[in-house]
Amino acid sequence: MPKKFVKEFNVIENSALNATNFLIKVQSDTEFPVIKPGQFVNIEVKEAQEIFLRRPFSIFEVDYENNVISMIVKILGRGSRKLTEVKVGSKLSMVYPLGKTFTYPSSDDKILLIGGGSGVAPMLFLAKESGLPVENVDILLGARSKEDHINVDSYKKYANLHYASEDGSLGEKGFVTQHSVFTNNLNSYTKIYACGPDGMMRAIAKEAKAANVFCEVSLENLMACGFGVCLCCIEPTTKGNLCVCTDGPVFNINDLKW
Amino acid sequence: MVDLKVKLHDIEFKNPVTLASGTCGFARETAEFFEPGLLGGYFLKGTTLKNRDGNNYPRMAETPSGMLNAVGLQNKGIDYFIENIYPEIVDYDTQLIINVNGSTVEDYIALTEKVNELDKINAIELNISCPNVKEGGMAFGVSCPGAEMVTREVRRVYDKTMIVKLSPNVTNITEIAKAVEGQGADAVSLVNTFLGMAIDAEKREPLLSTITGGLSGPAIKPIALRMVWQVANAVKIPVVGIGGIMTAADAIEFMLAGASVVQVGTAIFKDPMIPVKIVEGIEDYLKRHNMQSASELIGALQV
Repeated sequence: MPKKFVKEFNVIENSALNATNFLIKVQSDTEFPVIKPGQFVNIEVKEAQEIFLRRPFSIFEVDYENNVISMIVKILGRGSRKLTEVKVGSKLSMVYPLGKTFTYPSSDDKILLIGGGSGVAPMLFLAKESGLPVENVDILLGARSKEDHINVDSYKKYANLHYASEDGSLGEKGFVTQHSVFTNNLNSYTKIYACGPDGMMRAIAKEAKAANVFCEVSLENLMACGFGVCLCCIEPTTKGNLCVCTDGPVFNINDLKW
Repeated sequence: MVDLKVKLHDIEFKNPVTLASGTCGFARETAEFFEPGLLGGYFLKGTTLKNRDGNNYPRMAETPSGMLNAVGLQNKGIDYFIENIYPEIVDYDTQLIINVNGSTVEDYIALTEKVNELDKINAIELNISCPNVKEGGMAFGVSCPGAEMVTREVRRVYDKTMIVKLSPNVTNITEIAKAVEGQGADAVSLVNTFLGMAIDAEKREPLLSTITGGLSGPAIKPIALRMVWQVANAVKIPVVGIGGIMTAADAIEFMLAGASVVQVGTAIFKDPMIPVKIVEGIEDYLKRHNMQSASELIGALQV
């Protein structure tokens, strides 16, 4: 039986969350397998001859009842820009589910989830899946300004939400690593998870390592295939060059050569 | 009923569609999408005598209708393959062919001697055309004396079907094909990737860590097709056609140009189910044209 699939999904929603992030919801006419936070889909960019390869996106929400998957698509280049122009009612070809999930927290864990930009998607998904009481889940979101933040108020029922913005227009001013939640007592957390820009994750990893707190990050290297055959998205690790698409995208920071 | 079987030297493929080395891992990865036995065969990931880490990231750049890669033969070496991978794939009902690589002739020989012992591996693809390694690889494949030497030395230690994979980065590919035929190659496969380059103009930097890399995908198809046609007309041994095949029509074009078997490569990055669709498409074509056998397509170009 196949474990991975190539399938056409119907686009049922495409809405702008802010200037550069879009929420795209797609529906399948058949059931799909269990999907975990950190896993991703590889989407074909149609009607664009100059864009040959698919584009990978982290899965944000899964609705098994209605066979719906949502992704947050951030405009980063030609491919993602074209995808954000997709019309409701059209079809998207997706290869899924790809990649591995995070190490799930146990019932006595207190966790900090840090998301930068569209990296909030797997963090919110993990918060929802963690099964922990709200007081044991802190989500710290970082962006340049209030306008660049995505409204995630509906996740208040799963976690305490904290914001950092570089210009101070929402939450505390500065980077996520300068936020009081991060600087006050990192050791109060038993697990830290992060997804966002490379620089952000490296800064978090450095502090988590110094504080000796368990930390996993979700990487986003350039990919061609997404299922472990092209060996293009490699990340140097203590176990050699590993594929972000199949050995990751989630890595423990102790395995990375950061 | 149409007969999809084709022969390449003395081995039989249940259909002419195989996957190209470097794009199908060790056949286990595509098996997560479809039954391995649906395809004629798999040219497994380029293997070397010892572990190779490959080149630094970034190794890939998207280009119009294709991509550049600079992977550099990352693999865990032949002993790891024999101990850990071979037992897992040995029962796949398809042809499994190992793509062998070396920095020196001695490497090629030592590696091939080990492969020769594997019962289920009926053929090797001798890679003298990898553009992404500093030593060996393409250095052997771009001159007649180099190609002849490696082919001759490996022929001495390998009893089964030996397919030599040719580089398109040469002035006259038919000369190289004839040279390896003269030293005992049972078949040739072509083409490997074209040496190319991509630049980020804004940053004024190359997009690949190695500056240059191998171009693949539909962008190279017309050139690859021309080379397959030229080589098929220049040698008596069978030809494996490779280069930008995306559809059944593409595969049939390569067969008409003279290929007995085709390899699908970069296409599976776009859609891992493409090879299965190509098998179905070839069957449809044969029925539409009232042909009984896929082998009737080989070299059937009317000029």
